[in-house]
Formats: sequence, structure tokens, C-alpha cells
Amino acid sequence: MKRIFAVALMIAGAALLSGCPKKHNVIETPNAGSQVSGANQGDDASASGRALNGADGTQGNGMGGDATGPLARKVIYFDFDKSEIKPEFADIVSAHARNLTSHPGYKMKLEGNTDERGTREYNIGLGERRAQAVRRALMLQGVAESQLTTVSFGAERPAAEGDDETAWAKNRRVELVYGP
Amino acid sequence: MNRRISCLAAIGLMLFCSRTWAELVVEITKGQSDAIPIAIVPFSSPQDAAASFDVAQLVSDDLARSGRFKSTDRKDMIEQPHTGAGISFDDWRRLNNDYIVVGQVQALGQDRFNITFELYNILNHQRLLGYQISANKPGLRLASHQVADMVFEKILGIRGAFATRVAYISVLGSLPHKDYRLIVADADGENPHVVMQSGEPLMSPAWAPDGQSLAYVSFENRLPSVYVQTLKSGERKRVSARAGVNQAPAWSPDGKKLALTLSTRDGNLDIYVLDLTTQALTRITDDPGIDTEPQWSKDGQSLYFTSDRAGGPQIYRIGTQSGDKPRRLTFQGSYNARPRLSPDESQLAFVTQEDGGYRIATMDLRGRGDVQVLTKGHFDVSPSYAPNGAEIIYASRDRGRGVLALVSADGRVQERLVSSEGELQEPAWAPF
Repeated sequence: MKRIFAVALMIAGAALLSGCPKKHNVIETPNAGSQVSGANQGDDASASGRALNGADGTQGNGMGGDATGPLARKVIYFDFDKSEIKPEFADIVSAHARNLTSHPGYKMKLEGNTDERGTREYNIGLGERRAQAVRRALMLQGVAESQLTTVSFGAERPAAEGDDETAWAKNRRVELVYGP
Repeated sequence: MNRRISCLAAIGLMLFCSRTWAELVVEITKGQSDAIPIAIVPFSSPQDAAASFDVAQLVSDDLARSGRFKSTDRKDMIEQPHTGAGISFDDWRRLNNDYIVVGQVQALGQDRFNITFELYNILNHQRLLGYQISANKPGLRLASHQVADMVFEKILGIRGAFATRVAYISVLGSLPHKDYRLIVADADGENPHVVMQSGEPLMSPAWAPDGQSLAYVSFENRLPSVYVQTLKSGERKRVSARAGVNQAPAWSPDGKKLALTLSTRDGNLDIYVLDLTTQALTRITDDPGIDTEPQWSKDGQSLYFTSDRAGGPQIYRIGTQSGDKPRRLTFQGSYNARPRLSPDESQLAFVTQEDGGYRIATMDLRGRGDVQVLTKGHFDVSPSYAPNGAEIIYASRDRGRGVLALVSADGRVQERLVSSEGELQEPAWAPF
């Protein structure tokens, strides 16, 4: 019974939100190796493009069915109270940047999250800051602004439960979500 | 049309949810040593219906929970008078009581009751209160809170806030399927009603000054929007769903505007004021840092808010007239956020970081700005003043679970409200 109402609410909410008509392209899940190897690296993606060449080479072959390649990884983790992208996540950002630039029809939502510490609304700000850091990094590598949106859940949607650093480290993250 | 569907859904939700939810259990963690001893003698009651409701017990619980009173145990009562004429003052005095409340519940036909009570000063035999309240059966609980309010005010000179309500967020279930509920309950945790339920986060409930509506943030469709929902009808309106952040609603004292946190396209959070009648939007802050968690001053002329423009989050105040420059209020420590003004504006409650923990602190706004840290937890956030300013309710954690807790505004009395299930967050105490 309650579920029905919840669903009714969601539908109603969805109806409300659909005020501005948008083209809903069908997006294929970007996990095929061909997409990566076929990605045309634009000139403006030079800085990180260079850094990536090595990784790209090993991946080009291994990506098909490889669930551990940078393109298959869609979560970037952050240090406490920080919104800088750590070097170990640069290849994930670059792989997705190439995927997005080679598929201008793709859209990505960047969902920023924090751990539970601190005040809830200020954490919304920190989550947004993290999502924006990833957005900027993707745009620096040639992704069009129109392909990217951000949302911050602050501490409201943890990935792991617990009042310790193990859980917190998993919660300080930006999730890269392909979608309409 | 769409809006109508949304409203109907919300009304349906209200109806279904009128059943009781999690009960709260109160544990007093730190009492006041100079609590006033008072005897609340069981009220006489008619044979039938009202017998199941114990007015004196509820009054006694309310007063004890405030930490300012010590209720005499029933088994220590030598007699149980129901009127002033039946009180043997010297005997009660020997048992070290300062005050005594006696009374009766009378049935006035089908579903109507009269609660008659008297409050006496045992030392001088003076009758301080004599009052009658009429109620139907469901109203007996509220009437009993009103008795407690009157006794509290008569003895302490502070208006009681037992007959008020609290809104909060309850999160049930485990990852990845969480169920978020916005709940309104009596101030003692009884009578909980689910106002809104969602599979995506709900946050930041804020009471309209008239206590009839709540503003809150809902992430349905995985995007934040600010809603205003009328409690009686369940009707709700989406008031802000702009691109980016829509957060931290705060009502202006006249109930006509909401201060909100919105973001520009590049994610810069600033504070805006939305006129609910004209929809006009006024930008209040303009800084590359995070500006959020606004709260109005009583005259509607300024906003207190959190900003990390100087590095870490600190509390600032800014006038709502355009062009005003914010003034920083907190300087102790590296983390001071989410300001809430006491009803008389004599102090500010906020979250501060101390010894690695997040705790509730107050700042004296009338004197030299002295700061007092009131709590000792590690995750104490979301302070909200009782409408009489005597207590602050806040969210805490207890053995890994989100609970609500109370602390007196002077820090002397602390207690925890433990729900039988769910994580409780973001309490917001309703106005009188």
C-alpha cells in the first residue's frame, strides 16, 4: 500500500519535472572496447591525452569484457574535506572524457557525495564542489558543457554504512552516471 | 494538472500514514542537581474511557523530562488527594516536596472530559493555579501537556513547550534501499505521523512561522527540489527546482518568503530570498565559497548563515537589503556551522568542531560573544530551539544509530530520545 503511494508520488514528481521537454536518447552502456580505442582524442585534450597513452594502449585490447578498465570504473574517491582529484583517478576521468567527446550524444550526471561528518547542508556544498571538480576536469579534456550535469547528495546517500574511516572513505565520492 | 496529481498523491500519503510510527524513549543522561521536587498526585477519573489515560503520569513525565523538576514517586505518596481541601500539607512537606498538583478527570457524556487541577505551594499552602480544561478522548494527551505547561510556567516563569510538536527525518532500511520519511510528532515523541515518504533523501524540514506548513528538500527523481507542504490538507507545492542546488529553506518571520541556497551553473552556492507570492528571487550573498544554512533574524532584516569564504566554515550575518556586507561572528575553532537563533535572539546555537567531534555550541549575542560547548558527542548536529528557548533538540549518534537528543540551553540538562527503529535526523521544533 505505501509503495503504491510512493510510486504515485514518484510518477507525479516525474510528471512535474518533465516540464521542459528534452530529447531522451537511448544510451548504450559505454563498456565496449571499441569505443575507447576508437575515441578521437581532440587536440585540446593534449595534456591528459599524453599521460594516458600508455594506459590507452594496454586497454585498447583488454577493454572488451574487461570490467576493471578505467571506463568501467565510475566512482572517484576523495580525501577528507578535499575536492581535488587524486592522481590515481586521472585515468578514469580521461577515459570517460574520451568516451564523451567521441559520443557527443552521451550525457553524464556527476553525483557528488560526502561522508557523514559535519552539518548536512554544508555537506551538500562540499558534494557539489567535488562534482564540479570532476566536471571541470572533463571539460578541460574537451567534453561539452551540455553533456554534463551535477547533483550533490551531500551525506544523504552513503555507499557504505558505519561511523569509521573505512565507511567514510567509500562515501567521499563522485559517481559518474551515464543517462539522458 | 500535474500539480493536482502530486497533491492527491500527497493527501493519500497523509491518510494512510495516520497510524502510529516508531515510539521514542526518553533517557535522561545528565540531570540537574537542584531540580524542584514536585508531587503530581494521580487524578481521580471516571470508571470507563478515561481510566486508560493517566493525566498525572504524563504531567509528571513532562516535568521530569525538562530536568528542572523531580517528580515524587507514586509509591512514596502517603495519600492521594484530588482537591486542595484534601492535602495534608505538613505530611507532604516532611517528604521534602515543594509543590503539589491534584486534580480530577470528569466524563461529560460520550466523548467529552473535563480535567480540573490545582497547583499548591506546600511551604505556604498557597494555591497557585486552579484550572479546568475540556477535551475529547484523543485530546486528553494534548490537554495533559497543557497542564504541564501551566505548572512549568507558574513555578519557573518560563512558558512551557510540552504541548508543541517536532518534525524530523527518519531513515529506514539498509543500503541500497533506504526509505526516507518526514515525520511530525508531539514534543515527547508520541503521536508520530508520516508527512512525506520517499525512496530518495528528504532533508532540512523547516516550520512555517504559523506552524501550519513545512518546507523541506526532497531528492525525488534524484534531483533536489524545495517543497512547501500544508500539514492539514497534505497539499504540497514545489517552490524551487532550479538547475543545480535547491537547498536549506528558511522561512521569513512573516511567512511570505523563503531564504534558499541555490547554485550557479559552475556550482557556486549562494543564498537567495524567494518571495512565495510574487516568485521574485533576490540574491543575498555573492562569493565563490559555499554560502548556505540561512536563518532569519526576527525582524526579517538580516540572515545568519554558514560560509567557508575564509577557508573553513564559519558563521556570518548579512542584511537582506542589497549591497550589505556580511559580518563574521565566529572566530574560535576551524568549523562553526548551521546557526539557529534562540527565540529571544539572546544566543545562537550552532555546530562546532572540538576534539575531532561535532558538537552543539551556543554563542552569547548580547554580551561579549562567549561560546559554550553544550554537548560531548562526536556527531552532534542540526540544533533547533524549543519555542520557549529553554531547550535545544539536535541529532546525535548512539551506538552507531541516529538518535535525537535534548540539551537545556544552559547545558545543564541532557537527555536522549531513542526511537525503536530507524535513523533519526534533523529535528525541527515547531513554533507555539
